[in-house]
Amino acid sequence: MSNKDISRRGVLKTGAVAGAGVALPTIFTASQASAFTNEPTGSSVTLGFNVPQTGPYADEGADELRAYQLAVEHLNGEGDGGMLNTFSSKALKGNGILGKKVEYVTGDTQTKSDAARASAKSMIEKDGAIMITGGSSSGVAVAVQALCQEAGVIFMAGLTHSNDTTGKDKKANGFRHFFDAYMSGAALAPVLAKLYGPDRKAYHLTADYTWGWTQQESIAAATEAQGWETVNNVLTPLASTDFSSYIAPVLNSGADVLVLNHYGGNMVNSLTNAVQFGLRDKQVNGKNFEIVVPLYSRLMAKGAGENVKGIFGSTNWHWSLQDDGSKAFVQSFGTKYGFPPSQAAHTCYVQTLLYADAVERGGSFNPCSVVEALEGDDSSLPGISSDANKGFLFDGLGNGPTLYRSADHQCFKDVLVVKGKDNPESEFDLLEVVEITPTAQVWYEPDNPMFAGGNLGTCNPGA
Amino acid sequence: MDAIILQILNGLDKGSAYALIALGLTLIFGTLGVVNFAHGALFMIGAFCAVTVQRLLTLSYETVDPTRTDFLGNPMKVKTPYIESWFGPEVGASIIEWSVPLAILFAIPVMLLIGYAMERGLIKHFYKRPHADQILVTFGLAIVLQELIKHYYGANPIQTPAPDAFRGSFDFGQLLGFDPNVIIYPYWRLVYFGFAAIIIAAVFSFLQFTTFGMVVRAGMADRETVGLLGIDIDKRFTIMFGLAAAVAGLAGVMYAPINAPNYHMGMDFLVLSFVVVVVGGMGSLPGAVLAGFLLGILESFASMNEVKTILPGIDQIIIYLVAIVVLLTRPRGLMGRKGVMEE
Repeated sequence: MSNKDISRRGVLKTGAVAGAGVALPTIFTASQASAFTNEPTGSSVTLGFNVPQTGPYADEGADELRAYQLAVEHLNGEGDGGMLNTFSSKALKGNGILGKKVEYVTGDTQTKSDAARASAKSMIEKDGAIMITGGSSSGVAVAVQALCQEAGVIFMAGLTHSNDTTGKDKKANGFRHFFDAYMSGAALAPVLAKLYGPDRKAYHLTADYTWGWTQQESIAAATEAQGWETVNNVLTPLASTDFSSYIAPVLNSGADVLVLNHYGGNMVNSLTNAVQFGLRDKQVNGKNFEIVVPLYSRLMAKGAGENVKGIFGSTNWHWSLQDDGSKAFVQSFGTKYGFPPSQAAHTCYVQTLLYADAVERGGSFNPCSVVEALEGDDSSLPGISSDANKGFLFDGLGNGPTLYRSADHQCFKDVLVVKGKDNPESEFDLLEVVEITPTAQVWYEPDNPMFAGGNLGTCNPGA
Repeated sequence: MDAIILQILNGLDKGSAYALIALGLTLIFGTLGVVNFAHGALFMIGAFCAVTVQRLLTLSYETVDPTRTDFLGNPMKVKTPYIESWFGPEVGASIIEWSVPLAILFAIPVMLLIGYAMERGLIKHFYKRPHADQILVTFGLAIVLQELIKHYYGANPIQTPAPDAFRGSFDFGQLLGFDPNVIIYPYWRLVYFGFAAIIIAAVFSFLQFTTFGMVVRAGMADRETVGLLGIDIDKRFTIMFGLAAAVAGLAGVMYAPINAPNYHMGMDFLVLSFVVVVVGGMGSLPGAVLAGFLLGILESFASMNEVKTILPGIDQIIIYLVAIVVLLTRPRGLMGRKGVMEE
């Protein structure tokens, strides 16, 4: 449906957008003569690592930064090379990127969209960063991705799980390696149905922001397809700390499954509260009451302690994977830092390598050349018949064969279904991989209604 | 009906934390005239006293177990707490399990000391400055304290579970004639409510029935006259500051098993507690306690599904809504005294 009438409001809106469009590039024209924003002219190139260094996700941000530092070492030919040795593309030689030494600057997203945009802007304008990467929140990812599109630099998203990042808010200059809420639902629902039976009544508690909404929608749709019924969905304020008043109504709601669409501190607290209220010992409708945490992170599992034991969820990657790429990464990261990497560290490390590789293959730092290289040569994943199955196909970076789909810049790869380990052997041994869900099962078309409404647009090289 | 009883219990429990923090805020405001925005940080430090005791009790030595390997394939290092090797595994484990109650003993002197140092070291220099300055300096102090905690303990929440004896839930419904398992409530939350009631009663008795308390109350009413009588009221007020810090700290210690402590939990409570003080009436101790429980219960009711369906988002604003209504109808708060902050 489209409205082609010209209205006063429409003209004003268009005028404002066009005006902003004309004004914006002048903000980023530090070097007028360059062909694109921050074209590196010296012997080095600067990457911008935008991670939460303060705020509730600071521990995750610290792990992302460790991974970035490791990636820079490996790109510059230091250390043991990590995944450079297992990556299917052999363009990277360990001599920097296009022969230029890799340097980096860091910014603090504070897990706030405005702070993240400000730090990204500063890295682009003041430090000359050619690419921005990182983050641990979908709100931040969407905001920074839009900024990078305007500024004419590439954005390699860090940990962001909302469908919107490569759905309605997708941008040509932005790329996501991490999986999304739809994939969590598609991987998790069949396992849950098999385990807990098809006749279940689910009660959702959902963090009240973009990520929570898309995850709830995805999990509800996937579990309903398996025969489950969604009896209620209660939105909880992001700032909640005590979830008792949201947990108490679950007790006598008739539901026999509680789905916690929470992340970070919210997840730790809501799960702890649910366990305190005895939900896990309860019998409803003649079945054991179950709790599900669709998006798991090892760092959060650590925060939740004993409460995660036996609870199912999904994750992008786990250090116990036994493919060559994962083993090489765990080896270098573990040797350098003394503990295994988190999934956030993994996705950030991989994103840096993928960017560097795309520059090498394209032969230029120009964002449009990088976009072209990452959109690939129309290679496709085996076993999936779809017109959209086209993009850059690679392997050796964990998760098996992976496609950077050109239609929406989303990676498609295997997804892990995990559960909290009953008898952990060490403080890192908190999650157990229950199933590696094949890519075909989590595949969706780019026009899936959960991802509709966005427009990738065209690459913007900036200056 | 069962939902309403559950939310009343929840409200009393939330209200306990609000009341304890608001009580300390009011004590400081009533005695020293300072609006202490670092009070939430004291609550947070209290919770981290529990974490510290847990860490101290689980201090471990490492031995290498050649039969197992770590994530890198090297022989695994196994940690054994010293306390388990000193007292035997069973006794050691049960001492560790009781770390939160033990932390109460640790927190009282620590919090008194922190309160004393805060007052003597920083806040006393701001008595004659405007309230805005006091708010800025105490707010700044709160940020410094929470960043210090984050530096040493990290940003992730840290689980500090209650002793096994208090895990699980109490079947409240059966007492009231409901079916089993309809109204159940976690033991530790009931303990928290009882503990808060004892602390509140103790503070009131101390102020009401001891000579020290009587002098403090006299000082709260008319500081100059008490000073003219030759009583060193400043010293007593400093002690009250320490006491208020200890109350916030104990509230924090006992809260640790309810929600895993993290460095910004103080800020989460501070604003709400400040609203509690304003609703209760600036400077009124009974007002702070009453408003704490009242707002706790209202907040719980507002998050019921039935209420949220009619008024979406009400759970996020109910406390502020009540504050606006109270301030419009009773500008001094529910039990506010005449003359407080009105000169």
